[in-house]
Amino acid sequence: MNGLIRKLTSSKLFSALMALLVILIFNVFLNRGFLSITVVDGHLFGQLIDILNRSVPVMILATGMTLVIATGGTDLSCGALLALAGALSISLIRGSSTIVNEYSAIPFPLVITITLAVTTLCGLWNGFLVARLGIQPIVATLIFMTAGRGIAQLITGARNLTTNYAPYSVIGQGWLMMLPVPIFIAAAVLLVVWYFTRRTAFGLFVEAVGVNASAARYSGINSSMILMIVYSISGLCAGVAGLIYASGIMCADANNAGLNYELDAILATVLGGTSMMGGRFYLGGSVIGALIIMALTKSIYAFDVAPESALVVKAFVVVVVVLIQSPFFKNWRDTVKNRRAAVGGGEVR
Amino acid sequence: MTEPNGIPRDEIILEAKGIEKIFPGVHALNKVDFTLKRGEIHSLMGENGAGKSTLIKCLTGVYGTDGGVIKFNGREIHPESPLHAMSIGISSVYQEVNLCPNISVAENIFAGRQPMKGPFVDWKTLEERAGKALERFDVNVDVRRSLDSYPIAIQQMVAIARALDISAQVLILDEPTSSLDKQEVAKLFDIVRKLRGEGMGIIFITHFLDQVYQISDRITVLRNGELVGTYKTGELPKIGLVTKMVGKDFDDLANVSRVRNESPHDVMIALEEVSAYQSVENVSLELRRGEVLGFAGLLGSGRTEVANLMFGIEHNNSGVIKLKGSAVRLASPKDAILRRIAFCPEDRKRDGVIGELSVRENIILAFQARLGIFRFKSLRQQYELADKYIKLLGIATPDADKKVSDLSGGNQQKVILARWLATEPEVMLLDEPTRGIDVGAKAEIMKLTLDLCRDGMAIAFISSELDEIVRISNRVVVMRDRAKIGEIDEDEGLDQENILKAIAGGMAV
Ligand SMILES: Nc1ncnc2c1ncn2[C@@H]1O[C@H](COP(=O)(O)OP(=O)(O)OP(=O)(O)O)[C@@H](O)[C@H]1O
Ligand SMILES: [Mg+2]
Repeated sequence: MNGLIRKLTSSKLFSALMALLVILIFNVFLNRGFLSITVVDGHLFGQLIDILNRSVPVMILATGMTLVIATGGTDLSCGALLALAGALSISLIRGSSTIVNEYSAIPFPLVITITLAVTTLCGLWNGFLVARLGIQPIVATLIFMTAGRGIAQLITGARNLTTNYAPYSVIGQGWLMMLPVPIFIAAAVLLVVWYFTRRTAFGLFVEAVGVNASAARYSGINSSMILMIVYSISGLCAGVAGLIYASGIMCADANNAGLNYELDAILATVLGGTSMMGGRFYLGGSVIGALIIMALTKSIYAFDVAPESALVVKAFVVVVVVLIQSPFFKNWRDTVKNRRAAVGGGEVR
Repeated sequence: MTEPNGIPRDEIILEAKGIEKIFPGVHALNKVDFTLKRGEIHSLMGENGAGKSTLIKCLTGVYGTDGGVIKFNGREIHPESPLHAMSIGISSVYQEVNLCPNISVAENIFAGRQPMKGPFVDWKTLEERAGKALERFDVNVDVRRSLDSYPIAIQQMVAIARALDISAQVLILDEPTSSLDKQEVAKLFDIVRKLRGEGMGIIFITHFLDQVYQISDRITVLRNGELVGTYKTGELPKIGLVTKMVGKDFDDLANVSRVRNESPHDVMIALEEVSAYQSVENVSLELRRGEVLGFAGLLGSGRTEVANLMFGIEHNNSGVIKLKGSAVRLASPKDAILRRIAFCPEDRKRDGVIGELSVRENIILAFQARLGIFRFKSLRQQYELADKYIKLLGIATPDADKKVSDLSGGNQQKVILARWLATEPEVMLLDEPTRGIDVGAKAEIMKLTLDLCRDGMAIAFISSELDEIVRISNRVVVMRDRAKIGEIDEDEGLDQENILKAIAGGMAV
């Protein structure tokens, strides 16, 4: 029983959950109505629902990012690919029309398929650069981080394209069973990725490549294929997130859609317990990480903090959480537990 | 012998009393006492997982202890990190070489204590001193090149040079010789003896009994985390030592001997005049079902490269590789695994162990890679497989879920072996499979090899231990300078002397 408790409290998910809980409790004291949920027109409204709903794009990006980081890489392009997906989908819906319409130029399923295919291919390209050409992930994905928004601007003609096509709005604004549709999309993405990684050998191979690529290769794992799949999944996630984002505002904003989201996604992943060094990954942790970021943003705004200083507060909280999870602190806790006066060594392995 | 600077012998430098260390599920050290005198070489012996490395790590601050005291020159100390221990005067080379592969040799030697010129690193002095430090071993390398551009033996020397460079009073060497060849070991021993003469206390860990008797003054034996005793080397015969380590009468290598090959067997893999760029030249050989083919030769003679070719890690640019009679192109290890070839690589840390993952995951990995992504074995099947091999190889671990990097070095090696046995191969390429493995396990692994051979597996056995090669091989391929220089059959005088002669150059077979 004691062992079970120790196992629970030492798990990566636990510390992330605790952090989330602390921020939520903080919010409860900050504003009274925080926990209240009301039903309007058969839809649930409330700040908790809002946090959940608004964290969806980062949550989906973080899902792909988690796999990328598990291989020891990073994907800086996903924010830009999110913008690209928005731009592409709305311009496909508008076709050659110059005015805002209420219908789509091509069948809607085709719009979605093309959009997702394009971002997936962009991801595949990232994977190709990393796996086959051996380019460092940060550099390789930097290409689409900048080029992605450029392409999006070319597509939109550097304007904020809008649409009134109703089915499109369902993705980001619809309701299902009293809850916003994006929440269901996020759950579906997570479920599929979780199933693919944990119910097949894929997750094991990803972790093996992330821990020791050479040994993975000697064991017969085709690591470049694993890398290409992982970056493609990240591209696909960016596509899905982009559709939700653009549909939420019914507008494609090539410059500002998902700006800095890649950093939030990385942060969510790290907060969730996946190490930037690669190896073990925690999809559930990344989801909690995304929620932490959104809840934090919320509470900062509740303080009426200016947006500039909000970033500072955010950075501070992040530093604290990351420090708590660091090996140094873990050592320190262990040493204290072992009744030793001295602080544990810095460079253990 | 005169005492330099009047250091009295028999004075205790390092004393550990009642050291306790508990890991989850493992009582790694149970009230262990240990003393090291000035000017002595003290061997620390024990089976895989006995707690030798853990004791070292407690003495040098890698781990905190859960009890006991450490005294250095009579004063109690609390080493907090290896760097701290170094500054006290205890420097060490750990079993798993702890260097940074992608920075230069010179930086590795001085990491954390670079000579400075004002606020800047003094590169010139750094490189000069690094060069000098390595010259003691007759190692002449470009210290500005990155460490990973050199073979593992050089890397080992660099690690030792790093520990030696400082004016330490205690030097700890945890299995420093496992990847060195005879001359390199001799060189290391010369240096160690010289240091002993200067009054340094040296702790030496190895699984080579000969080396223990060659060099040490006293021996301390650990078993299952407990102290068995400390003995003067001269008063403890070899067989006594082994019995103390294993804790029961020991069934040693004496009754391990090759499986006699009566009938001719089918050829599994044949190399025909195979050459590979910057690797080996014009190698022809046959590996048959039900035989052990030994590979002898010095480090760097091309033995590993031949195995790499047979496993799709390196590729030939001329000649033919045939599998069961038909030419094949092995593009990757995966290709080789699909054709039921297995390869237990020499550099366990770099190419074998996947440290963060559990013992179970490490064991099933190659098997799962053969099945592919979608035919995922259920957890229950994974545990069954892992438990089977944990039992078969006697891997010392509380359960299959333990992180493999938490196992002792020798047990990690067994896990890698298990990984390959689990793929049920027809051809097994073993590159230094007994490196870092205790005497009992060595005998077990050799017996296992012979059993596999009896069951019809084709086995390539690469080893620097001629004794082992001669014992179990049916034929031996002798390599020198990246070429095959001969082959000795069991009927044609297969013994150490002939192999050595062949390596030395007088080969007419
Ligand atoms: N970091 C760790 N966490 C948990 N258990 C550990 C850790 N390090 C070692 N152990 C366990 O402690 C025991 C002693 O290991 P140790 O590495 O000291 O053995 P050793 O005598 O050096 O063996 P070898 O000859 O194989 O190197 C083993 O059972 C090992 O599994
Ligand atoms: Mg050890």
